[in-house]
Amino acid sequence: MAEIRNYTLNFGPQHPAAHGVLRLVLELDGEVIERADPHIGLLHRATEKLAENKTFIQSVPYMDRLDYVSMMCNEHAYVMAIEKLLQLDVPERAQYIRVMFDEITRLLNHLLWLGAHALDVGAMTVFLYAFREREDLMDCYEAASGARLHAAYYRPGGVYRDLPDHMPQYQASKIRNERDIAKLNENRQGSLLDFIEDFTKRFPTYVDEYETLLTDNRIWKQRLVGIGVVSPERAQALGFTGPMLRGSGIAWDLRKKQPYEVYDRMEFDIPVGVNGDCYDRYLVRMEEMRQSNNIIKQCVAWLRKNPGPVITGNHKIAPPSRLDMKSNMEELIHHFKLFTEGFHVPAGECYAGIEHPKGEFGIYLVSDGANKPYRLKIRAPGFAHLAALDEMARGHMIADVVAIIGTQDIVFGEIDR
Amino acid sequence: MNAKLQAISARLDTLLEGSDFTLQAQVGELTLVVPRADMLSVFKLLRDDYDLRFEQLIDVCGVDYQAYGDGGWSGKRFAAVYHLLSVSKNQRLRVRVFAEDDDFPVVDSVIELWPAANWFEREAFDLFGIIFEGHPDLRRILTDYGFVGHPFRKDFPLTGYVEMRYDPDQKRVIYQPVSIEEREIVPRTIREGSFNG
Repeated sequence: MAEIRNYTLNFGPQHPAAHGVLRLVLELDGEVIERADPHIGLLHRATEKLAENKTFIQSVPYMDRLDYVSMMCNEHAYVMAIEKLLQLDVPERAQYIRVMFDEITRLLNHLLWLGAHALDVGAMTVFLYAFREREDLMDCYEAASGARLHAAYYRPGGVYRDLPDHMPQYQASKIRNERDIAKLNENRQGSLLDFIEDFTKRFPTYVDEYETLLTDNRIWKQRLVGIGVVSPERAQALGFTGPMLRGSGIAWDLRKKQPYEVYDRMEFDIPVGVNGDCYDRYLVRMEEMRQSNNIIKQCVAWLRKNPGPVITGNHKIAPPSRLDMKSNMEELIHHFKLFTEGFHVPAGECYAGIEHPKGEFGIYLVSDGANKPYRLKIRAPGFAHLAALDEMARGHMIADVVAIIGTQDIVFGEIDR
Repeated sequence: MNAKLQAISARLDTLLEGSDFTLQAQVGELTLVVPRADMLSVFKLLRDDYDLRFEQLIDVCGVDYQAYGDGGWSGKRFAAVYHLLSVSKNQRLRVRVFAEDDDFPVVDSVIELWPAANWFEREAFDLFGIIFEGHPDLRRILTDYGFVGHPFRKDFPLTGYVEMRYDPDQKRVIYQPVSIEEREIVPRTIREGSFNG
């Protein structure tokens, strides 16, 4: 009789389905997984240690680079932690802008997740469709902050600047003639809010398109239904949050249960799954996109009617306007102190958690009264999810591991930090 | 302190009566400090008590208090900080456990109570060198294979001790002492009184 041996397979870190730099050591019995041991840390940049050596405001751009597909949400948790310790009020308009951009970010994240997940499972088209919409949303990022990905738009006390009145337009080039350009610029004639409103009108049709491609697709269901099942009790014990927890049937959403900013004024529903498998988590995220779209609509309607300041008037925290700085001694001192020394946060500790597209993203901030954080701990949702990969993948085939990594929505920027 | 926090702290006062604990409230958050000897029994109470029901462990993180307040710290150096969340009761609690020995910090592992602690404790071990007694697989997690030291300790330099490069002669990646100098552009300052007004 032939000798039967278990295989140990090294999956990644260069594998295209490893979502970046996941190294997975799989112990196999034939094609069945007996143990999955993720080796992480290949993207470890010690963000938390770097933040201890920077002033509070200098760390904002680092936050973008944690989960690099939902940039503004990371910043949001960070600035919220600072504001909590400073007990600083944020202008209402800034809160609406933040909520709107949080939801735009949720769409960006879920679109990338959807495309990558479908690509992992073997469907090419959805990826191209999803990136078509991401293009529009990144243009919104660019119009507001000047950067398409790493925005650094949220600041302690508000947001960096108000929404622009003009949407940047495509210019004529060698590869596109006037008529094509005019067509591309059709919905970019007005302000950023006009563009976003136009997008929210188009977006439900796009989600329908993705659903036509996937929801009842036989191959898609064969690959996802009954894969990676997590019971509600187990999901809680494993520290799941966000869509991973809701996919298992627990209606928990920080936006509803512990509302921050102006989420308590928004109307939206929390979708929950029933079976806790990959397919339910897919359905939850698809519905979340539709709900986010509704929240964006509500924010646009409010923002149109209510102009006002977008950052706190406390110039010990937020810089004064350029004009005031040049004409007023007091403001000049504020400006100088803010950009040489930074602001001081009172001694103490706080935890600010937000409903990030992937789950609960939290910042635990310890301050000893200095102009730099004493300790900054980033609670990344993906870290807890990936830790459960072993349990979720046990007894499944190798191909299912790819589906499970996809459903966990792994991004290494936040896991390795 | 709002009604919810008062209810938790009242409940904790009755449950933990007679043991050595402190309870602080700041910016709408409760922090419970328990000694290491009691930690497992307290955590079990926190998870299973009907009025508390902290069924989710959100985060475990290490803190090194050595340089706190520019040397004004007199307590123990290392602490493990746990963030608990109750989904059914919609409440949060922070628990801090100081390690008794500064040179060899040890606390108990809560992996039996919350499996989520697995990687969080590995991370705190890796970055701070805090040993979690009872953890079945306390390996390094974020740093490189064969890494020496615990990088998030306050006495570990920001630049580290070694850097990595490809050596064309040996045709492999090698480690060598760091060639960059550490610099601090904005000095760390703590103001007397409140600068922020």
